[in-house]
Amino acid sequence: MAGSIEHEIALGAGRERVSLPVLGRIHEWVVTVDHKRLGLMYIVGGLVFFVIAGLEASAIRLQLAVPNAGIVPPDSFNRLMTMHGTTMVFLVGMPILTGFFNYLVPLMIGTRDLAFPRLNAFGFWIWLFGSLLLYFSYIGGDGLYGAGSAPDVGWFAYAPLTERAFSRGNSTDYWILSVFLTSVGSTATAINIIATAFSMRCKGMTLAKMPVLVWLAVIVSFQILIALPPLAAAQVMLLLDRFAGAHFFDTQAGGSAILWQHFFWIFGHPEVYILVLPAFAFANEIIPVFSRKVLFGYEVMVAASAAIAFISLSVWAHHMFSVGMTPAGNSFFVASTMLVSVPTGIKIFNWVGTMWGGKIRFKVPMLFSIAFLLQFLIAGLTGIMLGAAPFDWQLTDTYFVVAHFHYVLVGAILFMIFAAIYYWFPKATGKMLSERLGKWHFWLFLIGYHLTFDTMHFCGLYGMPRRIYTYQPGRGLETLNFVTSLGVIFQAAGVLFLVINVLTSLRSGDSAGSDPWDAWTLEWATTSPPPAYNFASEPVVQSRRPLWDLKHPEDPDWNYE
Amino acid sequence: MAASPIIASDSRTEWAKTLPYKGRVGIYLLILTESSFFSIFVVAYLFYVGKSLTPPFPRDVLSPPIVNTICLLSSSVTIFLAVRALRSGSIGGFLLWWVVTLALGLEFLIGTAFEWHKLIYHDGLTISTNLFGTTYYSLVGLHALHVTVGLTLIFLVTILTLLGHMEGRHVERVDVLSWYWHFVDAVWIVVFTTVYIIGR
Amino acid sequence: MNRWLSLLLVLTATPALALAEDWGMGQSNAKIPPSYIFDHVSTPAREITTLAYFSITICAVIFLVVGGLIVYCVVKFPSRGDDNREPAQVYGSNPIELAWTTAPLLIVFVLMLTTVRTIYSIQAAPRPPDAIGVRVIGHQWWWEFRYPELGVVTANELHVPLSDPKHPTPTFLDLESADVAHSFWVPRLAGKTDVIPNRKNSTWIDPHEAGTYLGQCGEYCGTEHAMMLLRVIVEPRADFDRWVAAQKQAWSAEPAVMHGRQIFETTACVNCHTVNGTAAQGRFGPDLTHLMARVTLGSGVAMNTPEHLKIWVRDPSTMKPGALMPAMNLSENDLNDLVAYLVTLR
Repeated sequence: MAGSIEHEIALGAGRERVSLPVLGRIHEWVVTVDHKRLGLMYIVGGLVFFVIAGLEASAIRLQLAVPNAGIVPPDSFNRLMTMHGTTMVFLVGMPILTGFFNYLVPLMIGTRDLAFPRLNAFGFWIWLFGSLLLYFSYIGGDGLYGAGSAPDVGWFAYAPLTERAFSRGNSTDYWILSVFLTSVGSTATAINIIATAFSMRCKGMTLAKMPVLVWLAVIVSFQILIALPPLAAAQVMLLLDRFAGAHFFDTQAGGSAILWQHFFWIFGHPEVYILVLPAFAFANEIIPVFSRKVLFGYEVMVAASAAIAFISLSVWAHHMFSVGMTPAGNSFFVASTMLVSVPTGIKIFNWVGTMWGGKIRFKVPMLFSIAFLLQFLIAGLTGIMLGAAPFDWQLTDTYFVVAHFHYVLVGAILFMIFAAIYYWFPKATGKMLSERLGKWHFWLFLIGYHLTFDTMHFCGLYGMPRRIYTYQPGRGLETLNFVTSLGVIFQAAGVLFLVINVLTSLRSGDSAGSDPWDAWTLEWATTSPPPAYNFASEPVVQSRRPLWDLKHPEDPDWNYE
Repeated sequence: MAASPIIASDSRTEWAKTLPYKGRVGIYLLILTESSFFSIFVVAYLFYVGKSLTPPFPRDVLSPPIVNTICLLSSSVTIFLAVRALRSGSIGGFLLWWVVTLALGLEFLIGTAFEWHKLIYHDGLTISTNLFGTTYYSLVGLHALHVTVGLTLIFLVTILTLLGHMEGRHVERVDVLSWYWHFVDAVWIVVFTTVYIIGR
Repeated sequence: MNRWLSLLLVLTATPALALAEDWGMGQSNAKIPPSYIFDHVSTPAREITTLAYFSITICAVIFLVVGGLIVYCVVKFPSRGDDNREPAQVYGSNPIELAWTTAPLLIVFVLMLTTVRTIYSIQAAPRPPDAIGVRVIGHQWWWEFRYPELGVVTANELHVPLSDPKHPTPTFLDLESADVAHSFWVPRLAGKTDVIPNRKNSTWIDPHEAGTYLGQCGEYCGTEHAMMLLRVIVEPRADFDRWVAAQKQAWSAEPAVMHGRQIFETTACVNCHTVNGTAAQGRFGPDLTHLMARVTLGSGVAMNTPEHLKIWVRDPSTMKPGALMPAMNLSENDLNDLVAYLVTLR
């Protein structure tokens, strides 16, 4: 390691290296244990799968644009929706968020790498292998003649549809194994992030002085460690059912279909927060910088995030209000579900408090963040409606739910991922993304997003269940579905602008300098892109905003913390 | 970066001493996530107690493996003694207790193998016989798998020690391994209670 | 811009070209009001609507207040280019935090109590002794309805009597599954209740408006989940009783279709289907004793006409790809005779 650091210093911090042959450069990336490179590989890998899953969604919407369409046959449709869901959660959301944490946590706490760099590389490659395995199912899933290829059991794979009797061939096995492997990768990363935050902080950075993003990374990692194993365990049971003749979810031998649902949602609901808390983390960094104000209520923000994480472990059965639980059981999960909205509300209020009285600069990251605030507010409110169990009996498994969780996954998480890309791209590449193309991206995507997902709510109210490959004419669903599908075009155009923006900026973007946004956390104290060793000398901090202290020696933060 | 708030520090090592050892944080987290994994299997076991449609039932075929349990639990003590010996610099003492731990763990695995042999060939209970078989073999088997992993690691350390690679400065790493072994023992207490006391 | 527009038109026109035959269902559906969940005609759906309006109102108020605050910030506090000084830094305020923790807690508490009350009033409703009982059995991908007290078995179209709000005659549904998980859902009558194998669930309805109501399976259950449709036909008590009486009649032989009957009884049909009064006693597929009394075919995939019936029997997958009934591979003559027999099952 030492040798390569000297090598880099000699070439000048992280700049163009001596150009190696292509194979040599690929080799460098393959064997790397650098948290920044692995972070970028996670993000780029996630974005590639984002495009694939986006194309799957487009095919789904094409089929549903008009009633009784015959473009995508039923079995293919069911595969598409299973792959879309599984991909977006495990192959897009998880790696992109993991990637950002990988990249940012060591920089923000002023250290040179994660606690276990090789474990980190292992996590990435096992994730990639799992991801490729999922898509290999299109080729290899056909274990029996005519038994189908890719998994078609839905991303929550309810038993007993996944048992041998109803799911022949190997498609479901591919779903089990690939998701299991990506979970192993996520677990490795989670252990790494927490150990890094606890054991590797630079001098002066007590836990109470960690940037909020790092706090949220720690909270999310704890959630991963507690919530991912139930899914992995249930998957092992399902695998035993399918290959060893066990009866965990075999209803014909006394097994329980509900047990799978419990296990799945004990994982599944915290998973939503595992995905959305990183979005909060980005907002916690971006909103203050572009409002020019310190984050309002640091301690409360951290406490609220921890509260969300904790309460979210006890709300899972609100996904199961219609399975026929007792009134008391239903009431318990109504209470816990509604309770989780309190800390969530606190977070929104604190962001408003941060903007209040600030000097807001409407750069692209901030535009996405403001849209995030409004959309996440709506997502939370429809969530409260769904939490009212009897209302949920009507809404569950309809397009209203689809709209609700896309408001969270797209309206909140994806919007904040876009914001984070625009915000940290200069740090990772040394080049600014174009503001003009960024605004095209923002507005097109915003319009498309609302065309698609606002109307979906009404499809649900008009009695359209989710996961149907078609619907009959004459049921009042034609116009709504057509508008929903229309929005896809705008969203795709928006994403195209992002791709163009990234490619042109990499070639000819403005130079970023080390601190283009006039920000306050440690990652902006080093060059862009940072050298392999991050910091020439390990920093020492005295407050939560070391760069603020540096820029305002007359009025440093430590006077107020 | 010459200004005061962000400076290079000579006392970095002093500061680093206030932070916990990363390996130990790592093993605690691994134990946390493994506990979550095991608890799902325990819940499944408890959920299906008494729900088997066909015999054999636990009361008829299970008897608590007392010797096994004593061996496994006492191996927690011996591995503790081994780490303590290493910490005080005694490689010989370490090796002695370490090999005893290995032997006790092996006894447990062999005992489990005999128990399973009896259940399969004498009582006709396999994983696909009924819900009892399904939950029994998966829970006990999952634990036995962890014992096997632990024994493999302990065996590797034994070999390294015999080859003379063990030194006092490795004590933190060996300590991390011992925590994993303690965890495997603690899980056995839960499994034993679930399978042989509540489930019978 | 023109180019974009034409591209848009081409893209949106593609699905229209691929439209498949709807077997008369579009026309039939259009005569029935959409299954709008707030358009309630039964007590559970009504109570849900009340709760829904209440929670939507609260959420709308919250949205206006909080959304208003966000918009206010955006409008009120943009940076002016010329001023480079940083705004005043406010690190937090415990009284304010306390205020915006307490207010949501109170709102949530009220909403929680209202919700719990509705849960109990729907779920814990007593079952009157004279209530009609129906066993609903979900199959991949059709519905079996058995009326144990009335001795009636039918499929996909549930007949229930009109319930007078003053003297309610509710129908209680016991839900079971023969294979995987399904969910019973008729939006205008009640919320969903899942239909789960190895488990008994129940729900109830008391429709107080005669008519036909559309419903469908709400839980993903495999290939034809989308076409696991159902209809509930609510009719005045007298009509309902007449329907029951007709359903209880066994099939009486019509000599003209004896060849068709013979084909039915000597092929695989009898393994899965029942026709009362004949050798056909299969339980895997729908009971066909009064097949022609039903409006739709294949769990709502087509209108039940002799032409459609012929297409269905020749190869069900032309109408419903993935349907578990195999193509019967009959000669054209046999097929005609078989359908001629089937249309006598009234």
